[in-house]
Amino acid sequence: MRNSIENLGHKGLDFFQRLGRGNILFANILMGIPSLFLRPSLIIQQVFSVGVLSLVIILVSGLFVGMVLGLQGYNTLVKFGAEESLGVVVALSLVRELGPVVTALLFAGRAGSALTAEIGLMKATEQLSAMEMMAVDPVRRVLAPRFLAGFFSMPLLAAIFSAVGVIGGYFVGVGLLGVDEGAYWSQMQANVDYEDDILNGVIKSFVFGIVVTWIAVFEGHDAIPTSEGVSRATTRTVVHSALAVLALDFILTALMFGES
Amino acid sequence: MMTTRTTELLVGIFIVIGSASLFMLAMQVSNLSTYTGDEGFEVEAIFTDASGLKVRSPVVMAGVTLGRVTAISFDEATFKAVVKMKIEKQYSKLPIKTSANIYTAGLLGEKYVGLLPGSVDDQCEEELLAAELEGRKPDTQGLECGPQYLAQGTTIKFTQGSLVLEKLIAQFVSQMGSGGSNKDDHKEHHE
Repeated sequence: MRNSIENLGHKGLDFFQRLGRGNILFANILMGIPSLFLRPSLIIQQVFSVGVLSLVIILVSGLFVGMVLGLQGYNTLVKFGAEESLGVVVALSLVRELGPVVTALLFAGRAGSALTAEIGLMKATEQLSAMEMMAVDPVRRVLAPRFLAGFFSMPLLAAIFSAVGVIGGYFVGVGLLGVDEGAYWSQMQANVDYEDDILNGVIKSFVFGIVVTWIAVFEGHDAIPTSEGVSRATTRTVVHSALAVLALDFILTALMFGES
Repeated sequence: MMTTRTTELLVGIFIVIGSASLFMLAMQVSNLSTYTGDEGFEVEAIFTDASGLKVRSPVVMAGVTLGRVTAISFDEATFKAVVKMKIEKQYSKLPIKTSANIYTAGLLGEKYVGLLPGSVDDQCEEELLAAELEGRKPDTQGLECGPQYLAQGTTIKFTQGSLVLEKLIAQFVSQMGSGGSNKDDHKEHHE
């Protein structure tokens, strides 16, 4: 009995310690960002490994998600004789929800895990300590560019995902199922609002980008410097990112689209 | 490891594709291309029933969207709905006798405000005509000369509110009922 309560207390303290370390790291990264703009090559290198290398998976999954939405939406809408609004269904679900959320999940799996593994391995092989020995701040040199790259790449990837998805829905809806082409686009334009839908989706993807890269960078920096520790940290990155993204998505959706 | 130049090139392409997607979402998917900005004038119309009408519902004349509804409020003195709408600046020559109706687009579609043009109202001209007919001197003092158009702050006088399906059905049923009883009365009378 006493042991289990002790255990609980230990876990609680552990949780809050990690949360505190995460916040301190976040503040340090933010403070390291201004000096980064003096060395943009660092950021470009990271945008390449975080953003460009995730491009293929985003393009392919966006296309397929859009095509599935087209098929499923058509099957439901045709029962009500409303298949003309297929464009609205595809565009709204992509721009508001699926674009940011699925991109963030894929991003966590593709780029977040790689970031954690890379930083964790740097720590395990004492590269980070070696940098400190040479008076190079590893937070500024290693973590901040990766964080900034994730922050920039995620909204771009989400926008690409949504755009490709809309085109995928167009292929299936107009090309395969025979929805009227004009109705597909005009209904979409009439019902998707620039501020309410597109901008809110972009804001969502910025938030998810911050959260996913923050978790990834923190887990890597906080990993136990053994091979097992790095593998655990990588797993935690994916799991925690997915949970954080889905929970935050609910909160953001409630805030953005809750009323009216 | 790729050379720095290739990396930079690929990152550049990535940013271009990303921005292009954002641009496509903004222009092709959303209503930004039809967004006209805030310039325009606000007119007001009072409806007995504005159910189904929403802020940002289109204001349409002859099938062309001229503006949008900007606010819907309730007037406690008259128990009517006050609908404010913004008409785009270039449509400044709508006659003042224009009437506003609330219509439904399609069977299950959204409600919109349909404007019907009225005759161009010119009080001076009316007075001149009347004076000529009656053979007296025209008195244009206190009258506004020239054609009058809808402008900032005008209230549209002729309105018809939403048609609510339940009301229509109720009206139809009551008419049927009264019509039927009338027939019966008629028969009895004949007999």
